This record gives sequence, structure tokens and C-alpha cells, in this order.
Amino acid sequence: MLAAPVSTHALPAIVDQVFILFKDWLVSFLPTSWRPAAGVVLGVIAIVCVFPALFALTTVFERKGLGRMQNRYGPNRVGPYGLFQPIADGVKSLTKEDVVPLNADVMVHFLAPLTLVVTVFMGFAVLPMGRNMALVSLDAGLLFFFSMSAATELSVFMAGWSSRNKYSLLGAMRAVAQMISYEVPLLLSSVAVVMISGSLSLPKIVEAQSGYTGVFPHWYIFTPWGLASFLVFAIAATAETNRSPFDLPEGESEIVAGYHTEYSGFKFALFFLAEYLAMFSISGIGVTLFLGGWSAPLSFLNVVPSWFWFFSKVMLSIFVFIWMRGTLPRLRQDQLMNFAWKFVLPFTLLNLGVTALWRFMGEGWARWVVCSVILVGVYVLMGRVGMFKKHFGPRSYRYAE
Amino acid sequence: MLGEGILKGMAETAKNFAGSFVSADRLTTVQYPEQRIPTFENARVFPFLVYDGPDWAAGMRCVACQICEKECPPKCIYIEKSRDKKPDFVGKPQFYPARFDIDISVCMSCQICVEVCPFEAIKMDTEFELATDDRFRGLLLDRQQLAKSNEYYHQIHPTEAGEVDARLDAEKAAAAAKAKVAAQAAAKAAETAKTAPAKPAPPAGGED
Repeated sequence: MLAAPVSTHALPAIVDQVFILFKDWLVSFLPTSWRPAAGVVLGVIAIVCVFPALFALTTVFERKGLGRMQNRYGPNRVGPYGLFQPIADGVKSLTKEDVVPLNADVMVHFLAPLTLVVTVFMGFAVLPMGRNMALVSLDAGLLFFFSMSAATELSVFMAGWSSRNKYSLLGAMRAVAQMISYEVPLLLSSVAVVMISGSLSLPKIVEAQSGYTGVFPHWYIFTPWGLASFLVFAIAATAETNRSPFDLPEGESEIVAGYHTEYSGFKFALFFLAEYLAMFSISGIGVTLFLGGWSAPLSFLNVVPSWFWFFSKVMLSIFVFIWMRGTLPRLRQDQLMNFAWKFVLPFTLLNLGVTALWRFMGEGWARWVVCSVILVGVYVLMGRVGMFKKHFGPRSYRYAE
Repeated sequence: MLGEGILKGMAETAKNFAGSFVSADRLTTVQYPEQRIPTFENARVFPFLVYDGPDWAAGMRCVACQICEKECPPKCIYIEKSRDKKPDFVGKPQFYPARFDIDISVCMSCQICVEVCPFEAIKMDTEFELATDDRFRGLLLDRQQLAKSNEYYHQIHPTEAGEVDARLDAEKAAAAAKAKVAAQAAAKAAETAKTAPAKPAPPAGGED
């Protein structure tokens, strides 16, 4: 399973493949016929351990980071620098009473958080987290990933519907409307990558970006169409994971907590876990499609193991998610829909055309100029048209004061 | 241009994020149990009973008149009047509270007891760390727990305590003056009483 080492040194190659070698070593104790299944089980165990651990770390760093953005300390009481906060939170959510509303559809209410977590975990199966480190390398990995992330909508609606609570249902309706609206640009922006790389297989997409010009990598984000796709993808991914500023489905100030209003204790913790896992998986796919997956940002940094680069990029994008949450206020439902259908979708469709142009113009500087001019021009034009006759500025009050 | 405002906002939060690690002035949070802000003079939490002198039982200003008990809107005060009397700050014999309980789980910190007290005996405390694991006994304060010295009162509300002391001193002086006048009058009366029967005696014998 060991790939050809990228470096002339043997040690970096071993460190790069350390998890794969460890897995192979563990599996070698079993009879040959059991080995493939056991390998998959080990991979699943690794994923199920690593990402919830990252989730625990992320919750405390998110709270500390948000605090710093608002000139506060954030949690700093439990353990050194408040690092044991997730343990305290975990104990709390485990020992809390599990309240199920009297009129709730008990079965669906029980199943919703489980199906949500399971479908979110399924997405990790196809992510290449390092060289040779995809659990299953499907030929249509991208398709599998998006079908799994689309299945989360069902769980959200199950939760909202079965709770028999107006806030839950409102939140679920909002969530479904939002997720379906942003699913379209999410898919179409990744179609651009498929058009260029010619593959739906995620490891192949990473391979396609792993070359270097001088020291600089051939990541798709460094092309005009790739940057545009990436921006659209980032916006749609934020909406897809219900993160601020697109956190309408769980807008605390309007609808309590949206679809998980009626969940408490461990079921609520599962929703919380699923939200963060969805962030990790969508960041992972974004990194794979646009930021070169596990490849190093500069050619000489290939000495550092590939899995380190993948997780660094994912955590960087998580930081950007947190940063946006600390900055932006929540959108209104009409703004959300207008933005999706009147700006993001047309721009994505145009970008598909530009990608095709890029593909058929061939090598040379001409395609850089033409594609950039089209994209920037249309972006500015659409922004102008969209903001035409809208008065942005300090709010004036008619009746107050 | 579209998206400009978002970038401006992101720059602002990034400035805060980095700045909060560099400059301590940005972090205005007071780390409570370790650091404290001194309480404000006008702060008030629950009432306490003022006493003068070293002994709380002897120096208690309260005379168990029960006005505060009657005026208390949520009825959180319970007073039992004593059977005997003890001298108050001017030396006049007065009743004292044999029991004085305040249920601080009922008290709404309205300060009406303080307003109505004619003896400057009940004042508002600034002590707020009253959490307890016994929600019945722990929140029912008896007279010993409520008794706090006049020095403590000066410490938490200096201006108000100064005014109160001036008023009490004036009252004490007035009482002393009155006592003096009364004493003089009494002495005079005693003198006249003593001399009166003696004065008419000689002419009585001489004239008749």
C-alpha cells in the first residue's frame, strides 16, 4: 500500500505513511481473508475517534476565539487555560435529564439525532486525509459525499417535525429551505473542479493539484475560476452547515434553538457534534477540491507529512468559520433567499461557462486575462445591480426617538 | 463594492483578536473571585442590624418596635419582643429583640425597613456572597448573624453613617441637656422643697 516516496529521504516517507503502516502491521496478525474488513474497521475507529476529539478541541477554541474577538477571555476556569472545558460540558450533557415532549413522535424524535450523526460520519469515508489515507477511494467519491451531506436535511426535518413544537418546525422549515437553496451552488461550484480534473474521485482530484511551478503549488484556488468557485463554495458551505451568518435555522433570538429546541442531554450533544462534524467534513471537501488536499503549500515543505497539511488546512478553515461567526450578524430569511437565487446561483452558472472557456483556451496568459476580466466584471456589475437603489448606511428610525 | 463591508468587519474582529493578546487594556473583564471591584457606596443587598460598642447583644440599637416588621412588603422580618429592658444608647431602658430573623430568600431589598426605622437600627448591607447549600436554614438569618458593628457600617456607607452618627450625637446631646435641665430642675425643686418648709418656719413662730 505504500506509495512511491516523494522525497529521497526514507524517514519522511515513513512518517507520512505512519498510520497506514501501523494499520497494516495490526492487520497482519489476522488471517488473510479477514484483513480487508479489519482494515476498514480500524479506519472507521480512527475516524470516529479523531473527529470527535477535534470537535471537543474546536468547541473550546471557538469559545476562546470568539471571546478574544469581543475582547473577553472566554472560558479559562476548567483546567489549564480552560482546556478541560469540553470534559465538563460532556459530563453535563451526559448527566442531564433526557426530556421528550408528551406529544412528540417518540420514534422519529429518537432517530433524528442518530441518523444525523451517522450520515455526517459517512461523509468522512471518502475524504483523502493524507497520501493513501482515504478510507474507501470510490470512483464517484464526490457524488457520494454530496449525497450524504444532502441526507442530513432529512434528519433535521425529522427532528423539527417530530418535536411537535412551533419553533422546532419553523427552524426545520428554514433549515430545509436554506439547505436546498444552497445545495445547488455548492454542487455547481464543485462541478467546475470536476470539469477541469475530469474525475469524481477525490484522491484523483488531489493528485491533479499536486504539481508545482517553481515552489508554488497548482491548487485550483490559484486560478480565476477556482477562486470564484471557492468563494461560492465557502458561502454555500457556511449556509449548508448552518453557521453564522446563515444560522437562521437555530436563530436563538427568534426561534429559541430551531429544530433542536426540544432536545436535551445527550441527544442535544449529538446535534451539536453533528454540526461540528459537518463543518469538518465540508471543510475537508473544500480543502480537497480547491486547496490541494493533503499537498504541501510550497514544494520544499513536502518533507512535512501529508496528513499534517490536510488537518492544518481543515483547522484553518474552521478558524475562518469562527472568525465569520464573530463578525457577521444573522441574515433575514428574504435576504438569504435573494442572495442564493439572485446572486450566488447566476454567478455559479457563469463560472461554469468561464471554466469551460479556461479548459478550451489552452495554455498561455490569454486565458488568465479573459477569465479574470469576465469574472471580476460580472461580480462588480451584479453587486452594483443588486445594491441599486438600496440605501445602505446608518439606520434611520421613523417613530422612535 | 459587494463584500467590502464584510472585509471591513473581518478586519475589525481580527484587530480585536490580535489586540486582546497584546494589550491588557482591551480585556476589561474582572476575574471575579481573584480580582474584585470595590462595592459602590450606594450598593445595597439585604438589611443588617447596627450595634454600638464591642458587644453586639448589649449595643444593639434595635428596640423591637416592630415597625419594620409591619412595613415589610414581602413580610420577611420576624421579631419577638423581649420581656425585660436594657439601656439604649442614651441610657434609657428599652425593649430589645429577643428574636430578629430575616428570610433573605423572601427579602426583595426594597430598603423600606431602613426608611421607617426611627432608631437608625437597621441598614442595608453590601455583602452579596450569600450562597449556601441549605436553602431553608442557610437563608434565614438570625439576630446574631444580622448584627454588625457601627464601624462596619462606616466602612461600607461612610457618608450615610456619618450623617447617622451626627444625628444620634445631636439626639444624645439633646437628651443629655434635657437630663441636665431636668436634673437642675429636680435639684432646684429638691432644694426648694428642702428650703420651703424651713423658710416659713421662723416667721411662723415669730409673727404669731
